[in-house]
Amino acid sequence: MLAVQQLKRVFKGGSAGFRNLHFTVQESEIIGILGTSGCGKSTLLRVLAGLDQNFTGKLKNKDKDGKQPGMMFQEPRLMPWLTVKENIGFGVKDGAGKEVEIQQFIDLVGLTGFENHYPKDLSGGMAQRTAIARALITDPSVLLLDEPFSALDAFTKMQLQDLLLSLWEKRKTTMVLVTHDIDEALYLCDRIFVLKGQPGEQYAELILDDIKKPRQRGSHELAERKSNILNLLDLSRQEAN
Amino acid sequence: MASKTELWQSRASEKKKELLRPLLKERLQGSWLGLIIPMILLISWEIASVRGVFEAHLLPAPTVVLAKISEMAADGSLWSHIWITLYRVFIGFVIGTASAVVIGSFVGYWKLAENLLDSLVQAFRSIPSLAWVPLFILWMGIGEPSKIVLIAVGVFFPVYLNIVAGIQGVDRKLIEVGKIYQFSSLQIVRRIILPSALPSFITGIRSGLGVGWMFVVAAELMGASEGLGYLLVEGQNTYAPDVVIASILLFALLGKGSDSVLKLVETKALHYQDTLANQG
Ligand SMILES: Nc1ncnc2c1ncn2[C@@H]1O[C@H](COP(=O)(O)OP(=O)(O)OP(=O)(O)O)[C@@H](O)[C@H]1O
Ligand SMILES: [Mg+2]
Repeated sequence: MLAVQQLKRVFKGGSAGFRNLHFTVQESEIIGILGTSGCGKSTLLRVLAGLDQNFTGKLKNKDKDGKQPGMMFQEPRLMPWLTVKENIGFGVKDGAGKEVEIQQFIDLVGLTGFENHYPKDLSGGMAQRTAIARALITDPSVLLLDEPFSALDAFTKMQLQDLLLSLWEKRKTTMVLVTHDIDEALYLCDRIFVLKGQPGEQYAELILDDIKKPRQRGSHELAERKSNILNLLDLSRQEAN
Repeated sequence: MASKTELWQSRASEKKKELLRPLLKERLQGSWLGLIIPMILLISWEIASVRGVFEAHLLPAPTVVLAKISEMAADGSLWSHIWITLYRVFIGFVIGTASAVVIGSFVGYWKLAENLLDSLVQAFRSIPSLAWVPLFILWMGIGEPSKIVLIAVGVFFPVYLNIVAGIQGVDRKLIEVGKIYQFSSLQIVRRIILPSALPSFITGIRSGLGVGWMFVVAAELMGASEGLGYLLVEGQNTYAPDVVIASILLFALLGKGSDSVLKLVETKALHYQDTLANQG
């Protein structure tokens, strides 16, 4: 589905970006990417999405129909001149059922009643939910998500994580999810990559596919993995100093 | 406890009323406030003229000017002057804007066109546009074409500059959204670049229209038998300051009126913007 070898994209004479990435993502896998701020996670997603061609190494990002991955950016990136409804339908081809489908997604992300609001009248979390709906509605076979729930309260966040999982159950979408929330990564992902350094490099890989989804939030199993990750992050910090 | 909630509720409903009132008030005040100072000036001018502070053959009283205007309105000459001037501004404005949109879009979007054309356009821009007058008269005579072309040339530059700036200033991040959806170049232009550049385009046509009014005066001064600019010349030649001032007044009214129309279009089209003006 998605495979990279020796992938590298650096800025500022090699002091920012990422390098030395090797991984292969299987179909319908959910990959989590953890790492400190500035270690190149968003840069990696841009390269995977095909937006940044100035990388070196090998990249395979097209699915069997030749389609590129879908992506939700770190910022909402809504079109200011379009309403919530129009923004969500931005990438949807015109046709019968478009309106119904848009309304479904508006309801799913909890924006019912805000269909005709403009981005200037939305809260940060509402803008982010609009962007989530816009990314999910086109149903790509590979979906790249850059901190999709970062602006949401704990409760809405859990709801939308479950929404993501239920879509995954239905469509078996392959996903790469950048997040700063370790619990979120543990709840959703089959594998987690930890990046470290500037430029970022792969520091560790955690395999969680032995724990079946849907998982129990706060279960003993996840708590164990969490302390594992925290140790890793701590180690990586010590090494950096 | 109960009284406390009541207190809060009554505050809230009071607030609602307070919110409604200033809105209405503001609307009325906004349009009327602007009239106070002109009215005061006009009245003092009238009083000063009546008292003989200004010499009537140099600066006639406002009532005299108004009488002149209504006299011309009555014999019908006023309407034909206004109509021909409006017509020249309008046609020149449309031609200037249209060519600026076409060339500006190419230059803004397409690097090659920018390299080929932009320095040429900039060179032409640095020629004071009135310097074209003799050439246009040589080429096209003093009929309508030379006037309209002169106005179009004046309108062209502000519109062109704003379109190029608008297109080049489009947020790369929004264009990337289109790329994620595999939009074609045409779709990106139509669905992202043009709407993004709209505010700048509207600024351009508003200043273009202003320039259009400036240039219609120049065009009509250079030789015309009709139009508000012609009235200026005629007033000068016949020692009739009331005609000159009437014509200036009409220019002011028409210029302000046409700009208000564009301003209305602007507020309607750009209501989505999160700006100081749109606060509500
Ligand atoms: N176009 C660019 N030109 C120059 N430097 C860049 C560019 N894009 C990113 N960088 C640099 O690359 C580094 C990684 O940026 P990136 O956005 O990928 O970080 P990140 O891991 O997503 O961080 P965060 O968790 O804060 O979102 C930063 O130091 C940033 O300044
Ligand atoms: Mg980032």
